[in-house]
Amino acid sequence: MSATLVLVQILNGLQLGILLFLIAAGLTLVFGVMGFINLAHGVQYMVGAYFAVAFYGLTGNFLAAMLLALASALALGLALEFLVFRHLYDRDHLDQVLATFGVILFLNQATTVIWGPAPLIIPQPEFLSGSIPLVGGLLYPVYRLTIIAAGLAVAALLWFIVTRTRLGMLVRAGASNPDMVSALGVDVRRLFMIVFGFGAMLAGFAGVLAAPIFSVEPGMGDNMLIVAFVVIIVGGIGSIRGSFIAALLIGLVDTLGRSMMTDILKLFMEPSAANQIGPAIASMLIYVLMAAILFFRPTGLFSVGRAA
Amino acid sequence: MSEAALSGAADRSVAATETILHGYLVSASIFLTLAAVPFMGFLGPEGFILPLVTRMMILALAAIALDLILGHGGLVSFGHAAFVGLGAYAAAIMVTEGVTEVWAILAVVLLVTAMFALVTGYVCLRTSGVYFIMITLAFGQMVFFAASSLSAYGGDDGLTLWDNASLFGTGWLADDRGLFYVTLAVLVACFLLVQSIVASRFGRVLRAARENERRTASLGVDVFRVRLAAYLISGMLAGVAGILLTCQAEFVSPAAMAWQRSGELIFMVVLGGMATRNGALIGAIAFVALEHILSDLTHDWKLIFGPLLIVIVVYSRGGLAALLRRITGGAVRV
Amino acid sequence: MSEPALLADGLYKSFGALCVSDNVCFELGGGECLALIGPNGAGKTTLINQLSGFVESDAGAIRFAGRDITHLSPDARARAGLARSFQITSVIPSFSVLENVALAVQARAGSSFRFFGRAAGERALNDEAMAALARVRLDDRALSPAGSLSHGEKRVLELAIALAMKPKALLLDEPMAGMGREESQQLVALLADLKATCPMLLVEHDMDAVFALADRVAVLVYGRIIAEGTPDEIRANAEVKAAYLGEDAA
Repeated sequence: MSATLVLVQILNGLQLGILLFLIAAGLTLVFGVMGFINLAHGVQYMVGAYFAVAFYGLTGNFLAAMLLALASALALGLALEFLVFRHLYDRDHLDQVLATFGVILFLNQATTVIWGPAPLIIPQPEFLSGSIPLVGGLLYPVYRLTIIAAGLAVAALLWFIVTRTRLGMLVRAGASNPDMVSALGVDVRRLFMIVFGFGAMLAGFAGVLAAPIFSVEPGMGDNMLIVAFVVIIVGGIGSIRGSFIAALLIGLVDTLGRSMMTDILKLFMEPSAANQIGPAIASMLIYVLMAAILFFRPTGLFSVGRAA
Repeated sequence: MSEAALSGAADRSVAATETILHGYLVSASIFLTLAAVPFMGFLGPEGFILPLVTRMMILALAAIALDLILGHGGLVSFGHAAFVGLGAYAAAIMVTEGVTEVWAILAVVLLVTAMFALVTGYVCLRTSGVYFIMITLAFGQMVFFAASSLSAYGGDDGLTLWDNASLFGTGWLADDRGLFYVTLAVLVACFLLVQSIVASRFGRVLRAARENERRTASLGVDVFRVRLAAYLISGMLAGVAGILLTCQAEFVSPAAMAWQRSGELIFMVVLGGMATRNGALIGAIAFVALEHILSDLTHDWKLIFGPLLIVIVVYSRGGLAALLRRITGGAVRV
Repeated sequence: MSEPALLADGLYKSFGALCVSDNVCFELGGGECLALIGPNGAGKTTLINQLSGFVESDAGAIRFAGRDITHLSPDARARAGLARSFQITSVIPSFSVLENVALAVQARAGSSFRFFGRAAGERALNDEAMAALARVRLDDRALSPAGSLSHGEKRVLELAIALAMKPKALLLDEPMAGMGREESQQLVALLADLKATCPMLLVEHDMDAVFALADRVAVLVYGRIIAEGTPDEIRANAEVKAAYLGEDAA
């Protein structure tokens, strides 16, 4: 495999990692601050993508579609919070998991009913189309680079909010000790809603970004969600920094693994055997990585105070 | 002990025995009813009813297995479909490769599921709470993707069996009625096994650890080892359900171990009533019935099922078992 | 007896900037009761957690019955004979009183890896459990669910559970907490009885109990032991009085 191909895969890995981070950040915040495990978070991602497609169809403008999609995703998130999630905050994790599972079933089916089961297409935005030359004659799509840049910008924004603002301080405090924060007179309900809404928008944003390059179909959020879980387990629940590093790590491992595993195996075994088990092993890599990390650090790389 | 205390204790002891008898009475009724199903022509055509009820029993087996670790152990495993799937795939692969004797298949499945449970359990069980749920979910997904990538055995599309497994060389398992009764026998056997485990010394420490892990450890119990053993048993029994699933469908696909299947298994246990004698059994039967009825109503039955699931979770406590107890004023203790 | 039953050597423990155990050293000899007193927040429960293995010390060593147990898990220490009670009552609420104690007997007697045979019907376990319950006079409540007991009865149940472990040393974390006068006196009598066969470290606020039971007293303030001696010596100690200013120390 040539160096340029490896570089392409590295960039693709970073791009996947960034998307994972956007999803995982909301997930880890919501769990860290509210103790609420939300299986339906992946649906926010899916909804972002679908609304982007729908509004693009209406407006013909990618940016307009994105803004409208974000607003709708936020609205849907808050509606879900009001209708379902707030009844679950005091329940145990089993109940939360089952109820949010029900939400996924319903919304995946609703998406199929409204838009049909076939994958939808949305073109990449005009002003971001084409490729730019990078090192060694390599051409890499502008759009994908934009995703990476956008994700880094959001990460920086999050870092700023969490470490430099009062809201961020409340979030960090809430992550280690929500009762204390409440006892200090902070309206915890509102804090929850802000955290939740923000997380929903992050996931929706990831969905919008992913729409032109991934397949927009019902259930697209489910697998991303589970990988996002892997990210926050590896990074440490409640830690945004942990989610960032873990997301990039997992994005890279998954992408590089899938593209290189079969070739690596061919160094040791028959090509036919390598072709058989290469893809299987590649698909298992990130989970094996997760297991290995947990073996040495059961609470993840950067875990924060709150007990799971 | 004073007179009053003695008789009070005796009363409570009688009540406890009554509950136990009650529970077994319900179990016996269910099993006897199931045994009579092939003779109940009024239910519908045999080619339809038998596979449906067989599926109920297979899932009941998986649910009972899950209840050991979930209800009694207090550990939410969101990856149990992986064990079912491992059993199903092992059976399908072995039959495809020519090994059809189900005892050989059983031996392999027990070994494979035990090893998977040992390795994943070792990682999962050192964590707790949400971590445990997420990690089991992740490992389940891992097995799902591994199976999807097995191009030699159908990959995404699944593997159709041209043969079926044989029991002592006979074709019982290939026949609707034969498979029905074999499944029932296996279900009853595993039901009794799990009952025994729950009431045993082992069950006692498992349940104690669920309620108060610190206290149990402070008594000298190695809680990790106990839970790992429970996880192993639970996984192996679920694998057995997988074998039967393959025999029944004569087909296996990664969909059998999708994470949604794990969620459905949990729902069955919760619906019936966690850690009750017959909860998992009732929950599985009710779930399959519900799924069948709803999917008859509309193709998009999950639109109804999703909210129904939410409502059940939010408003019911203790599942059908508790509901039955409340409705009958405590007369029926399931 | 040369080797003390329990020995703590230079235990340190900090949570962030807060030091809760600062070079804690003490010895518990056979047949004696060492009381550990100190104002709230002094670090007494954390110390018990370190001794019983639920919290890992930052530095220092713990020796029990001649072995270094510093790195043993809580269950391993319990199996070695170190029993403890909990400050906040910690029984198994849905189990009967009898089953709570039978569980302790079972854990001590060895194999919990028996998958067949109804544990609740095992005569050997039940008889030994009833004997422990009889000793604390809880036997008439044997079949009640432990969750239905009054607070005082639960504290006594904790003691019965500890007894059933046939421990070589006992760590008691505020056993009198929340108990009325009469109940406390009964518990004190029980513990006095027990002292000879089972040395105990008694963390307590109830000074009547401390002076009735303790052979020696150690005073823990902000993680450090500031004084150690007989109950009378401690009563007269000026530094101790200062630490307890505002509290009833006599």
